Amino acid sequence: MTTEPMPAVEAPSIDRRAWVERILTGRQRVDRVRQVRESAILGLLFLAALVSVATTIGIVYTLALETFHFFQHVSIVDFLTDTQWTPLFTEKHYGIWPLLTATIVVSTIAMLVALPLGLLAAIGLSEYASPRLAATVKPILEILAGVPTVVYGYFALLFVTPLLQRFIPQLEVFNALSAGLVMGIMILPLVASLSEDAMRAVPQSLREGAYALGATKLEVVWRVVVPSSLSGIVAAFILAVSRAVGETMIVAIAMGQVPRFTLNPLVAMETMTAYIVQVSLGDTPHGTIEYQTIFAVGTTLFVITMVLNLLSYRFLKRFREVYE
Amino acid sequence: MSDPMTTLTTAQAARAEAARGTGPAPIAAGMDVEHLSAFYGRFQALDDITFPIHPGAVTAVIGPSGCGKSTFIRCLNRLHELTPGARVTGSVRLEGIEIYQPGIDPARVRQLIGMVFQKPNPFPTLSIYDNVLSGVRLHRPRLSRAEADEIVERSLRAAALWDEVKDKLKAPGTSLSGGQQQRLCIARALAVEPLVLLMDEPTSALDPIATYRIEELIWELKQRYTIVIVTHNMQQAARIADYVAFLLAGEERTGRLIEFDTAQRIFTNPKRKETEDYITGKIG
Ligand SMILES: Nc1ncnc2c1ncn2[C@@H]1O[C@H](COP(=O)(O)OP(=O)(O)O)[C@@H](O)[C@H]1O
Ligand SMILES: [Mg+2]
Repeated sequence: MTTEPMPAVEAPSIDRRAWVERILTGRQRVDRVRQVRESAILGLLFLAALVSVATTIGIVYTLALETFHFFQHVSIVDFLTDTQWTPLFTEKHYGIWPLLTATIVVSTIAMLVALPLGLLAAIGLSEYASPRLAATVKPILEILAGVPTVVYGYFALLFVTPLLQRFIPQLEVFNALSAGLVMGIMILPLVASLSEDAMRAVPQSLREGAYALGATKLEVVWRVVVPSSLSGIVAAFILAVSRAVGETMIVAIAMGQVPRFTLNPLVAMETMTAYIVQVSLGDTPHGTIEYQTIFAVGTTLFVITMVLNLLSYRFLKRFREVYE
Repeated sequence: MSDPMTTLTTAQAARAEAARGTGPAPIAAGMDVEHLSAFYGRFQALDDITFPIHPGAVTAVIGPSGCGKSTFIRCLNRLHELTPGARVTGSVRLEGIEIYQPGIDPARVRQLIGMVFQKPNPFPTLSIYDNVLSGVRLHRPRLSRAEADEIVERSLRAAALWDEVKDKLKAPGTSLSGGQQQRLCIARALAVEPLVLLMDEPTSALDPIATYRIEELIWELKQRYTIVIVTHNMQQAARIADYVAFLLAGEERTGRLIEFDTAQRIFTNPKRKETEDYITGKIG
């Protein structure tokens, strides 16, 4: 290598052309190594994608097959209109509504806790907390998210329910209220951290634009930051709902296994997930109609969470487009 | 362009280096753009652009905002196709070799045709030293310490930044001022030893003094590199350009070449009415 810069040189053009061509066509040894590496990585990524796609197809196939068998015995109209769910009794009814309402009731309670608190936590963390405070609070939230759900289940059953019973004497031992409250606390970190990410992505220049018009901090937060990050926040909410709908341990432990068609959160109910746990833990023989019910319920659950996740994805995508 | 001082020995040295795959000292090379059209999905951003890019000269691309200047310059190093849905038709040649033909490695095209962006974009996790070497390391993974030091010093000197940073090469690249960051990005591009340097409004984010230093630098660089610069600043184009291409977009927002000529003729005696209106500030 020469140390001083090369002077302007015009090499004989035929050589230079050959040289440029040699580089551009990428046929040197380093190029071949690089190309092999690139295609190896590509193959690996493709394989990884294939595994998850294949798994999904497998799951959908199993679900669909057993659900199809189920609906050969039970009419889909009964499934969607009957208000009793008693497949394990002699007098059999196959109405999904008791399970569905239980899921809706407990998820609603959970969201009533998780949404406002999560949003407030996100605003506090992203807009108000000093970096030091945020650095202490965030790990605590993450610990909350890392607690196994079975622990939350017993927390609801053995701590929250007795506590609530002091104020609401008619509260049953198994009930939707305490399961919902505890589920809300469990989901809170998810809502808080996703919403906080959305708020942090709002460019500082927008905030400054509002401050420069004479806005106070609260006005900046409510009129600029929250609206600007709304689709991100909505996506977080929808994801949280889908998490609540699919939650299993808390409801199986603290909510009971009584498929009742009611909106009263003070009594025992059975969610879709809890029913699936109940049947899979029992000794229902493979291939019977009782066995097939869990796939019908599973399919219902799958459709609901899939729709929610797709919705959330749409919102997130819209949100990303705004600031790129 | 023909340099009377050309000696066969330096040319041979350059070729010998090239043969070793270590890259030659930059030798100014020309480009030819013919019937170039560019699309974003179904939207056509450029239509049928044809003009030569002369070796060892500064070609300025001017025109009002949104006429496709950035799109154009990004077609020259095959960066345009990285935008999802984007497409190019027509021909771009470097030293007579079509860069859009099958069998051309786009990564190698970008090695020979460097680029500097509007906003300085040094890599935030790297020091000044490592920023300069970031491109070189892609092409030469096994770089000795001495070679690395030498490339860093040579590139920073070429970018007129050496004296300001030689005592803090380990500081993060982002700790520099805007103008220094932009010169760091130029050094980073030069370190790869390109033949052509593309610059997309390199001074529009800088103050007048930093702008002046970059313009001075461009003057020096054109001794050894072919430079294409996008600018919306007429004075800047008049100060530094040897050739000027004027683009304009019509109603459908598709950019077309209105006029290409030497800077002198464009600024003193343009042939087209639109050019005159633009450089005298009547449009744009
Ligand atoms: N990523 C993109 N997708 C779609 N259209 C784009 C994109 N980038 C630029 N354009 C459009 O292409 C045209 C030319 O843009 P650009 O090359 O950035 O202009 P200039 O640099 O001259 O201001 C504009 O109409 C712009 O809206
Ligand atoms: Mg531009």
